[in-house]
Amino acid sequence: MCECCTQEKDIYLPQIATVQKVRLMNDTEMYVRFTMDDGGFDYTPGQFVEVSIAGIGEAPLTIASSPTQKDGIELVVRRIGNVTKAIHNLRAGDKIGIRGPLGKGTYPVEHSKGKDLIFICGGIGLVPQRSFINYVLDNRTDYGNVTVLLGTKCYPQRFFQSELQQLEARDDVHYLETVDEAHDCWNGNVGVVTTLIPKIESELASSEIFICGPPIMYKFVLMALAEDSVPRDQIYLNLERKMKCGVGLCGHCQINKYYVCIDGPVFKYSDLGVAPEAI
Amino acid sequence: MAVKKITKAALTEWVGELVSKERVFGVQSKGDKFDFGPLTSAQDLRLDYDVTLQPPKKYFLPPVETLLTFEVSAGYESQYSDKPFVLIGVHPYDMIAINQIDELFKQGYYDTHYMTRRSNATIITCDVVNASENVFASQMKTATVKDGFDILLTDIGDSYIAEAATEKGEALLSKAETADASKDDLDKREKIQKDNEKNLSKHQLKCEVAELPGLLENAYNHPVWEEKAATCFACGSCNQVCPTCYCFNVQDDVKWDMKTGQRCRAWDGCMLDGFAMVAGGHDFRKKRADRFRHRLYRKAKYVPEKIGGQIACVGCGRCVSACLPDIANPVNVYNRLFDDIKTK
Repeated sequence: MCECCTQEKDIYLPQIATVQKVRLMNDTEMYVRFTMDDGGFDYTPGQFVEVSIAGIGEAPLTIASSPTQKDGIELVVRRIGNVTKAIHNLRAGDKIGIRGPLGKGTYPVEHSKGKDLIFICGGIGLVPQRSFINYVLDNRTDYGNVTVLLGTKCYPQRFFQSELQQLEARDDVHYLETVDEAHDCWNGNVGVVTTLIPKIESELASSEIFICGPPIMYKFVLMALAEDSVPRDQIYLNLERKMKCGVGLCGHCQINKYYVCIDGPVFKYSDLGVAPEAI
Repeated sequence: MAVKKITKAALTEWVGELVSKERVFGVQSKGDKFDFGPLTSAQDLRLDYDVTLQPPKKYFLPPVETLLTFEVSAGYESQYSDKPFVLIGVHPYDMIAINQIDELFKQGYYDTHYMTRRSNATIITCDVVNASENVFASQMKTATVKDGFDILLTDIGDSYIAEAATEKGEALLSKAETADASKDDLDKREKIQKDNEKNLSKHQLKCEVAELPGLLENAYNHPVWEEKAATCFACGSCNQVCPTCYCFNVQDDVKWDMKTGQRCRAWDGCMLDGFAMVAGGHDFRKKRADRFRHRLYRKAKYVPEKIGGQIACVGCGRCVSACLPDIANPVNVYNRLFDDIKTK
């Protein structure tokens, strides 16, 4: 073993974790809860992990749970590639490899204290946001008004349904939801998530706004916010990319000068003026 | 540390001793070109080479390397190449590229795999004797090198001047038959280095190298990216031969037993289609022009911001030679931007 290894740990070596619970949430999304075998795992909302399935590879997945939740770390995994397909085959008790938590650009949990917060989520973009939303709800008195906007492509793709119902029922959270396509079982709003923005227009300028969704969503949400002259330093974007190494070297997640895996995944919009590739 | 003089015959004898005892890699002829490879005979060493096909980066960041081995459902184990080796014949511009990657692989997260190889290496650099057809190291201020190496050799005709810069280098050099270099010898070396600082200029940059990041401030939407990329094959040859490119991919290989295997790191290239594609199929740099621009911004803006302003192009000219449609030459692109932007 080399001399440096006694001083530095291998940044590519996964730690072993045990799957506690899995649950298929809809056709493509799987809920996974795991605990680290060696116990320790401190993270901040917005951070991600590299989940390792030996023989298949690694996938970067943003943590869906809040660090205030002590019974394990939660992920929501869309079955879309080789690793996520393998994750869908996991059962409780299975071992996985975890590297992380990774990402130094996290949700501004301290900075946002005392402020009004608006979460704008598109589809699976709810997952990273949920980490901060739940953190805020667990420290509810530290924060001002909380508004959550969620847009999902179609009704059957909705997940965390009982949690969303609870969110809607709370009188200290303003919750609005829409689906892109009308459905027999859906009586709520129909349209993309930007159609909800006019409903909260009066809150926009005084709030911290957090956005996460599919690549196409950001442009339209930001256009809507620009119409309402929301200052850019109040807007935070969760920009997920292909974080292959997770440690700022491999280059796949690079957005102009930024490496999403170390500079993000959460960016302040006012810092992205030098990164035209971001949106 | 003392500067020595070593005759060419003594150098051959010294290298002969080295190859008989250590793992040595050096520059040798390959057809009508040159490349680094395992050195088994001192006679094969060609310190008069112009440029090697591949930069010596491969000894620290191999095209494919095993990061760890695993047993499915049992765990992972880090793998290191911990054999020392000597690398002979690294040109100054390539040494500067190694110095840059050293910094990138230890700042922030410390890459133990890269750094283990690096600390296992003893590097003998040599000043350039014959300029290659596309070298522009003088323009990038990388024609000579001041640090990073263990020994620096300079061909002064009948002998070499040998300067050990580290204890490792001094220990190695002490095994050679040397004499102290005279004032006259040092003057000869200085002249050679001064000449190289001027003459390794097959392509002329119209601005100072330090001006490049500023030049790119206002060049993002310049037509040159589309124009050059119109004939780009997106083959990644420019990435492949570049001494400062370090992007990589990581993938698992499973053995026939279907139980054990290895996680490997392999070179990747930002010019290749799909490099910035995410799950779901969205590609953030789908257009070749976007990738072409990204590469040149990395060289003269993004990476320099991480390494104290040094430009991450060392002027070796390999991409110029490797590019079939002849669009890769960074000097042509930067000069075009200079003409259009700076002179306005």
